[in-house]
Amino acid sequence: MTALERTSQYVVWFIATFTVVFLMTPLVVTIAVSFGSSTVFTLPPPDWSLRWYERLAGMRGLLPALLVSLQVAAASTAVALVLGTLCAIALVRGRFPGRETISTFLVSPLMLPGLVIGIAMLQGFKAMGLRDVYASLLIAHVVITLPYIVRTVVGALSLFDFSLIDAARTLGCSYPAALTRVLVPALAPAFLTSGMFAFLASMDNYPISMFFTDAWTKTLPIQMLQYVEERPDPTIAAISAGLVLLAIVALVIGDRLVGLRKLADF
Amino acid sequence: MTPKSAPSPWRDPVALLAAPAVLYLLVIYAFPLLWLFMKSLTGPTGFTLQPYVSFLGDPFNWRVVGNTLRVAAWVTVVCFLIGYPAAFALARAGAVLQIVMLVAIILPLSVGAVVKAFAWQIVLRRDGIVSQILVGLGFWDEPQRLLFTETGLVLGAANIFLPFMILPIYSVVKLIDPRLSEAGATLGATPLYRFAHVTLPLTLPGIVSGVAFVFSMSVSMFVIPSLLIGDRFQTLSTLTGRSFLLMRNEQLGSTTAVILLVLAVAIVVGSTWLARRIGGSTT
Repeated sequence: MTALERTSQYVVWFIATFTVVFLMTPLVVTIAVSFGSSTVFTLPPPDWSLRWYERLAGMRGLLPALLVSLQVAAASTAVALVLGTLCAIALVRGRFPGRETISTFLVSPLMLPGLVIGIAMLQGFKAMGLRDVYASLLIAHVVITLPYIVRTVVGALSLFDFSLIDAARTLGCSYPAALTRVLVPALAPAFLTSGMFAFLASMDNYPISMFFTDAWTKTLPIQMLQYVEERPDPTIAAISAGLVLLAIVALVIGDRLVGLRKLADF
Repeated sequence: MTPKSAPSPWRDPVALLAAPAVLYLLVIYAFPLLWLFMKSLTGPTGFTLQPYVSFLGDPFNWRVVGNTLRVAAWVTVVCFLIGYPAAFALARAGAVLQIVMLVAIILPLSVGAVVKAFAWQIVLRRDGIVSQILVGLGFWDEPQRLLFTETGLVLGAANIFLPFMILPIYSVVKLIDPRLSEAGATLGATPLYRFAHVTLPLTLPGIVSGVAFVFSMSVSMFVIPSLLIGDRFQTLSTLTGRSFLLMRNEQLGSTTAVILLVLAVAIVVGSTWLARRIGGSTT
């Protein structure tokens, strides 16, 4: 190894370490504070304790908000999986003009400011006479989850060898059976990973949700921001630590199913 | 390919499968956006630019626009300065280091902005980590509070958007054949010359899309400035949110929302065009 190569190795290590530390700081800080005994966010904490986790049970409005978020995320992801998969099949298998435009259109909600989308939908829903908070949240969140599904399922479908379905049919499978026994298992990793990340995107969404919540129906991020504004204490860090854990679980499953490198594809 | 005769483009029945998703987004998302846009240009007597003229007539609003663009520019610069070398480190790192980096880059992406901005409130306090490090390194004589300052906002936002700079640049860096640079060296080019004439042009498409991502997200961020700098400092996006949720001034909110929308579309269209041009000229 030449001196130059060794130096460049050191440089790579230095930059990599700095980047990792910088990127992980907020997550590590959140978890450390949530297990600390200090009320004023002292780091490193003077003592470890679970008191903030014990206080979660007594937080007013936390459980209802968590339930609303879980339900909206699950339902909107389910709807997006159906709509998104059908559309992905059309985009990959279809031979019609404008497929490029359609796929850009479907992913576009990720590229526009959520706040503006939220305002436009708020006014649109008003004009359509939709007033129910829960239904509005659900309908709005499909727009958030759909891009994740379409992007991943289109990718997986374009790698799928459709002659396998013909092969299954030649071997005596009916068409629906060929779909459920050949196509669905092949796409399962794509469904799971895209579904998981769509679910998390819906769980974490703030700028769109804030236009559709009211005093009685709040999503978790909205409720959390209210806690932060009213009385910031490490209980919020305990909730955050739960959400970080959820993200870690998603990452581990995503890595098992499609691999880290694939998840980093842009 | 198929033995059957190919269906004419518009009669392809498979196309119908795209209809539910496309119709859903048209009704729920595209028409409302278009309506918001059209309504902002329609006065009692037809076409008007009146809301924009009066918006820009107020010096306070100029300051808001200035705040928005200045913070977004700084965030983009910080992200680029960290993200560009980081993308190379990620591409050149050994197997284990690469996995650690990938986890550190991807994991924060599925954690919400509220969680991360709250964490930065803790980090930027007077007794927070950043202050401790700067005092420890001798840059500061005594601990200072970075929370509720513009520097704190830029630092927190750059941290949250950094993955969107690293990943697009990494996606082009990993395709670069290291032999290209070696070939340059064999031909006697200095490292600086090789970087400017071989590496930099090859990574430009990644830079363009990373910069576009980070800049447009910084322009439209809402939760991060609300938590890290507060109400004294207004950006286009916090002003939009406030005029709808607190001030009940839908006129002002719609105007700023459309400005944000136009900015975002301009960035997407502009960067796509630029990336295609650069991609075309290097191949």
